[in-house]
Amino acid sequence: MNTTNILWAFLWFALIGGILGLLLAIAAKIFHVDVDERIPKLTECLPGANCGGCGYAGCSAFAEAIVKGEADCAGCKAAGDDVAAALAEIMGVEPPKTTNRMRAQVMCSGTSDYAKRKYNYEGARDCTAAVKLSGGDKLCANGCMGLGSCVAKCPFGAIRIVGGVAAVDYHLCRGCGVCVAACPKHIIRLIPYDSAHWVGCMSCDKGGVTRANCEVGCIGCRICEKKCPAGAITVKDNLASIDYSKCTGCDACVEACPRKIIWSGKRQSEGGIVITRLNKQTEEA
Amino acid sequence: MIELFLLMLSTVLVENFIFSRFYGICPFLGVSEKPDTALGMGCAVMFVITLSSAVTWPVYHFILEPFGLAYMKTIAFILIIAALVQFIELFLRKFIPALYTALGIYLPLITTNCAVLSSALLNIERGHDFMYSVAFGFSAALGFTMAIVIFAGVRMRLEFADPPKAFRGMPLTLITAALAAMAFAGFSGVKLG
Repeated sequence: MNTTNILWAFLWFALIGGILGLLLAIAAKIFHVDVDERIPKLTECLPGANCGGCGYAGCSAFAEAIVKGEADCAGCKAAGDDVAAALAEIMGVEPPKTTNRMRAQVMCSGTSDYAKRKYNYEGARDCTAAVKLSGGDKLCANGCMGLGSCVAKCPFGAIRIVGGVAAVDYHLCRGCGVCVAACPKHIIRLIPYDSAHWVGCMSCDKGGVTRANCEVGCIGCRICEKKCPAGAITVKDNLASIDYSKCTGCDACVEACPRKIIWSGKRQSEGGIVITRLNKQTEEA
Repeated sequence: MIELFLLMLSTVLVENFIFSRFYGICPFLGVSEKPDTALGMGCAVMFVITLSSAVTWPVYHFILEPFGLAYMKTIAFILIIAALVQFIELFLRKFIPALYTALGIYLPLITTNCAVLSSALLNIERGHDFMYSVAFGFSAALGFTMAIVIFAGVRMRLEFADPPKAFRGMPLTLITAALAAMAFAGFSGVKLG
């Protein structure tokens, strides 16, 4: 190999490279697509978890929908008012008043100490798989099995298994609703972020059956319904439920419940999962 | 015609790019967590390898060989494939946005993938004509897609497994890949074409 060879190779490759570069430059001009510069800005403001809570494929798809005018600036369920305001500022519209922040709550109090099991489950660590085996290992058809399908799905790492039941850390929960869809027993609900109370049971069995299955199940005794001064509690299918538009957070139901399953979210402390229930020990992760 | 078919069949099964040649292992391990993303990756690879086989063959035979630059083919192919992928990306973005969003993230990933480069180089090494080159490129990518989709199915099952901590994640993935490769080694005794 001599110098001429190297020189020729160099020249040819410079030429091929130059032609390719030129072609690409021309192609970039011809195939130019206008991208709205607000889309990347909006995407940057969003949480970026791509949880899908807004109903779009991900955060960038949601940003595109805002620019197209299909979605509202307050549509991101995982973000707070500050993000909604930032989005509104980029779009040049009035900031939305409130985003109605929600949080997920696992409506089951039946930790391993209280709820009885029908068999020892040793299969795949997945709720959907376990529920196929005669509806899971708990006697209660609506009891949390604690195998953590919601834990795996949560984009914010807000769910942990505490004492055999999934618990949501509401300092981390953004209310996107991914866990609600992931739970095969449908016992996770979205409730208003500041709601004081919730009924920690989803059992629709009759009182006696619930009593046999679990020490902490709602037996539908209607005491809370009678005691609630705001008329916010109704008992349907042997199960109490709270209407959050009426609840004043007065604690009357918490004290009245003979099964001690109406939980109070008032006594929340900073950091960690601290969930409390009257006369029961505080359970901490 | 029958020879072409035999070439394709042996490229897909006997000389599978992943399981017997160990090309393209990086996307194989990286993008095989879910079958649909694996399929997306596979489609992008099919698209790029087939096109690059079709483009590199005339470049080699009409430019590099006549000018005595055949020894530079590796570098030339890298250059051409990179430019080609870039061009395809621009083209898709303008005219087929749906395909662009589906393949978009995978296209830049495979620009300098060794599976793409090696299929172009093997075409030259084996003296394939144009028709054979395209068929070889397509079936190599088909083998890649098949392997990655099968493997994604296996990995989905592994998600529910509860292996010892030391094996979780990549170690288990590599062991599974080794077992799959051993299964494919069964094809190596088959002599086709």
